[in-house]
Amino acid sequence: MKPNSVLQSKPFAITLDVGTSLLNKTGTWRTERPVYQDRLPPCNHACPAGENIQAWLGHAEEGDYEAAWRQIMEDNPLPATMGRVCYHPCEGACNRAGLDEAVGINSVERFLGDQALMHGWQIEPGTATGKRVMIVGAGPAGLSAAFHLRRFGHEVTIFDANPQAGGMIRYGIPKYRMPREKLRAEVARIEAMAVEIKLNTKIDDILRTKQEGRFDAVFLCIGAQLPKHVEIGSDDEIPILDAAAVLRDAELDNPSKLKGHVVVYGGGNTAIDVARTAIRMGAISTTVIVFEAREHMPAHSFEVEEALEEGVVLTCLRSIKQVDCRSVTLERMRATNERWPESTGEFESIEADVIVQAIGQDIDGGVLRNVPGVEIKDGIAQVDGTMRTGAEEVFAGGDMVPSIRTVTAAIGHGKKAARNIDAYLRGENHAPPEKHEVVTFDMLNTWYYSDAPRTVRPMLDVVRRKTGFAEVVGDLDDHNAAFEARRCMSCGNCFECDNCYGVCPDNAITKLGPGKRFTFKYDYCKGCSICATECPCGAIKMVLEDI
Amino acid sequence: MLKQVEGSHAVAEAVALCRPEVISAYPITPQTHIVEDLGTMVKAGGIENCQFMLVESEFGALSACIGSSAAGARSYTATSSQGMLFMMEAVYNASGMGLPIVMTVGNRAIGAPINIWNDWGDSMSARDSGWLQLFAETNQEAVDVHIQAFKLAEELSMPVMVCMDGFILTHAYARIDIPNQAQVDEFLPPFQPRQVLDPAAPLSMGAMVGPEAFTEVRYLAHHKQLEALELIPKQAAEFEAIFGRDSGGLVKSYEAEDAETVVVTMGSVIGTMKEVLTGMREDGISIGGLTIRSFRPFPREALREALKHAKRVIVFEKSLAVGMGGIVAMNLRMALQDFPIRVHSAIGGLGGRPITRVNLRRMFEKGIQDQLEEPHFHDINMDVVNREIEREQVERRSGAIAENILHDVGVVAAAKAI
Amino acid sequence: MTQISETKQKVKFYQTGTLTAGNRLLDEEHRSVQATIDRSNSLDSGHRACQGCGEALGARFAIDAALRATNNQLIAANATGCLEVFTTPYPETAWSMPWIHSLFGNAAAVAAGIAAARKAKGGEDVRVIAQGGDGGTTDIGFGCLSGMFDRNDDVLYICYNNQAYMNTGVQRSSATPGAARTATTMPVGPEPGNDFSTGKNVPLIAMAHQIPYVATASVHDLHDLEHKVLRAMSFHGARYIEIFVPCPLGWGSKPGDTIKIARLAIESGMFPLIEAEDGEVTGVTKIRHQQPVSEYLKLQRRFAHVFKKGNETQLEALQGIADRNIKRFNLLSSVE
Repeated sequence: MKPNSVLQSKPFAITLDVGTSLLNKTGTWRTERPVYQDRLPPCNHACPAGENIQAWLGHAEEGDYEAAWRQIMEDNPLPATMGRVCYHPCEGACNRAGLDEAVGINSVERFLGDQALMHGWQIEPGTATGKRVMIVGAGPAGLSAAFHLRRFGHEVTIFDANPQAGGMIRYGIPKYRMPREKLRAEVARIEAMAVEIKLNTKIDDILRTKQEGRFDAVFLCIGAQLPKHVEIGSDDEIPILDAAAVLRDAELDNPSKLKGHVVVYGGGNTAIDVARTAIRMGAISTTVIVFEAREHMPAHSFEVEEALEEGVVLTCLRSIKQVDCRSVTLERMRATNERWPESTGEFESIEADVIVQAIGQDIDGGVLRNVPGVEIKDGIAQVDGTMRTGAEEVFAGGDMVPSIRTVTAAIGHGKKAARNIDAYLRGENHAPPEKHEVVTFDMLNTWYYSDAPRTVRPMLDVVRRKTGFAEVVGDLDDHNAAFEARRCMSCGNCFECDNCYGVCPDNAITKLGPGKRFTFKYDYCKGCSICATECPCGAIKMVLEDI
Repeated sequence: MLKQVEGSHAVAEAVALCRPEVISAYPITPQTHIVEDLGTMVKAGGIENCQFMLVESEFGALSACIGSSAAGARSYTATSSQGMLFMMEAVYNASGMGLPIVMTVGNRAIGAPINIWNDWGDSMSARDSGWLQLFAETNQEAVDVHIQAFKLAEELSMPVMVCMDGFILTHAYARIDIPNQAQVDEFLPPFQPRQVLDPAAPLSMGAMVGPEAFTEVRYLAHHKQLEALELIPKQAAEFEAIFGRDSGGLVKSYEAEDAETVVVTMGSVIGTMKEVLTGMREDGISIGGLTIRSFRPFPREALREALKHAKRVIVFEKSLAVGMGGIVAMNLRMALQDFPIRVHSAIGGLGGRPITRVNLRRMFEKGIQDQLEEPHFHDINMDVVNREIEREQVERRSGAIAENILHDVGVVAAAKAI
Repeated sequence: MTQISETKQKVKFYQTGTLTAGNRLLDEEHRSVQATIDRSNSLDSGHRACQGCGEALGARFAIDAALRATNNQLIAANATGCLEVFTTPYPETAWSMPWIHSLFGNAAAVAAGIAAARKAKGGEDVRVIAQGGDGGTTDIGFGCLSGMFDRNDDVLYICYNNQAYMNTGVQRSSATPGAARTATTMPVGPEPGNDFSTGKNVPLIAMAHQIPYVATASVHDLHDLEHKVLRAMSFHGARYIEIFVPCPLGWGSKPGDTIKIARLAIESGMFPLIEAEDGEVTGVTKIRHQQPVSEYLKLQRRFAHVFKKGNETQLEALQGIADRNIKRFNLLSSVE
């Protein structure tokens, strides 16, 4: 029905035309304004390898596993490995733990790493620059550096004294944690980028090798190979071994010396690895003697849990004083408020057929002595913020420099060193990107995340674990990986949930479209801050207006 | 077609002929028969495309019409007395919004004290609202004016109330010529709203208007009524051309053109008055009568024209502004203030008090002598009143005046007398 | 092949990650109306509601959903109140669809008239909404509301309940909860704040009229609200939806907390979310993580006196109301 065109227009004032409220710019009411921010997720912040975890979880959520894997490869070339051996500080920092449990980032990384191997995804090296880099050590630091340098287009040769590549991944971590075929496959992928690995090659004179090979820079990552030792009074009846050698024997399938009643001395992950290896080698009993109290022992608690499930006995607050024949005298220690306990003067003894010391490692400084400029302090090689040693064109990383001494940290060193070497080779300085504000739990609104308890990875049952070196922790499958990835709350970075757009009483937000996020209509925004409060991931900040 | 029917029923038939689309109905004496008859017609299928709503109050009744009219439907309701008061918010709202609703008011006194009989109190309470107020003299005229009312309302885009004396007209049987559908359709085209709620052309009706524009809005409503002063006679002429009757218009004269004294009134009482006036004229007295058909808009110019030769006017009305006096008288005095005419104010028939030829004649004669009180309360029992006034001054008898008077004149007194 | 023991999680269909307005992992039809890039914005920018107004939000949510359900064939009648005043001060209107404001107490009757007009004209595809605040619904508009229910007029009445006459400056209505401070129930004297009266539960009263559909909703749960509006529009006849809308000014709360407060009202049991058809409850929205009533109250200055020493019975009484709601409507999941 049409209005009467003969009569005049609509009544004055009491009837209004649509759209007229837009003349009223209510933005003038504000005292503070919302601003979209990208903040740093705690997982990214915590990762020693600097992975952009949130980004690759984002791809995994959508089922785009290759894109997720390629995002990991921007920072870390060994995801199948990391998904097995990394101690996942990302999960320790994950804000989801404040809601239910941390996202199983490690398990998703492993899934993606395995997917890549299954599908044969590759990374292409960059355009050749004509520069050559020498890497000493085919451990995680060296492999990581080699990978990144090849992406920058430089030629790379790795030298390693061992018969196989992998460094501590192979020679320090038992097979039940790190299946060797996966490691081999990931190393092979790096070699396929035209990285030459010269195995069984110990370098005695680094600078000469550099000169002869016409290398333009050197990256040293020889690790910490020498075991630390405490003196234990002993009559030499039973062997006192060191952990590194024991684990190396296990790798090389040498005859095991871990027989009978095995005592492992030390509270770190290496001690646990040795103990669990002993179980598998058929020790009658395996006891780990730890100096510190349980809560202070350096080994990761999940490692300890798995060890206990397998039958390892854990005795804390003891120090080994004396070995007579098969009897080991222990002094009981008392926990103090400090980290280090104090002696009590009380003793007890246990029986043992072999003792393994797992109290840490030192670097083999010998080869470094003829590289002038390399400074060693407290047994550790010193580097600056760009991974440079005091020697010209010589960089270093991994366990041999100040480090938390994990595989992940080493991978991070390799990347950082590669970036700095690359900058050096191009005559520039590498400027690390600026870091945003880290997202804490209180910045989130976790109501909006579905109730989704963490996926529990299948575990090999205990009987089988004890009798072989099969991988203990099972896989996620396709469904679970996506599920687990979707538990990520996308801390600090808009994931286009439309909440702000939906929740603004003044319709003061424009939706730009998928992938393009949103903008504020500051002409109308009254600064009520509902958007900031209801943003699930803390990607909106309220900023005072300049009045 | 000629029919011998009750006034209410005739009105119902007239409204039905106007093709209403929404009728809202709430009972109140004395209009109830109108809506009952309309309801029956709708139920029997006698009015096409019409929704008959049985509402929960008069406030609901007019509110529903506001909604339906705003949505472009021809809308109608009826009320009286208390019902008018109950819907008063909506009355002002409908005119403020300019919605062409037609409403019948079966004129009835307003309480307290509760009284179901005829006077103009209800219509008077809405006289400032902006509604057009048309008074019918006879049931025939009621029928005719209703038909004119729809056209008037829709052309102006303003609501119209058609006022007819309760019981006297509503419940009286008379011979009435009910028009046929073809005539009505010729006179009254389909409703074309000035503004309408329609998803095809959205708008917001009923904004809040502040000091900066309110005056202008009110002026425009006032101006609309002034426009109506032109439109009402025009439509009455159009009506006569089709239906052959002179109904409606602004004022109607009964031998007033040359009279020295003119009695001015509204509604049905002119019927009784005509007999008195005819008798007095036969006795050589120069007297005539004038009814105001359109009370709102107040036909200032038409009255001045009609009364310019008179020496005196006696306004007779069934309404009282308590503390002031006659309402129609006030309005007329304002219109004639620069004329050298004496205007007497007589108030009578309140609450249905019978008006007789005898007491009318007496009153007119007194008026001609210029001996009427100001205002004159027609047929009042001053003994009862004086007794009550004295009593109040002496005793502080608690209770309502009405109850006290009933003690004197009503059932109680009668019982005491036994 | 080695034995691997249990435990795989089943991926439930809703685990797309969020309960937010939209979700990039969802198909368009599973997202909310509010998440669509070309949503109707029936209540557009430039209106004069306070910062953080729950009613402005609730109205847009409801009307946009109704426009979607009716393919933009909708007319609304609005009672006098905040919503009317802040959206249509001459010369500006924030409404994009046909809209009429008549009086305070007659929204239901005006809407009934509009519906009758559409029916008379044979255009019943155009649907009608009446809307108003709690004052205009539970008190002054009650008569017309009940009349509309009784006639089963084809009108959806939406009440935005912010529990007081806010537009006139925060006075008590029959929807004001016990203990609440308003300008006519000040926190002074032996019983500070509003009396704990028998109350007027309009959703239950609506159910007593046995109209086709009654529901309660809240601004914090957009999906639930939209579902209820869409469902309501699938019925013809009288329908009633009451939407819980916090008022920062009247309740003494932070503008940014509006949604949070609504969430707490529902999660504590103070305001049950239910659906009913023909007078029988057909569904409730379960509380997700139950909260004590104090968590809800402490964010609002209108309840500040409840936490003072000596007013413990008030807090108990309020918790009692919540507990009664939870029990009556079975608001907690039996399986967690």
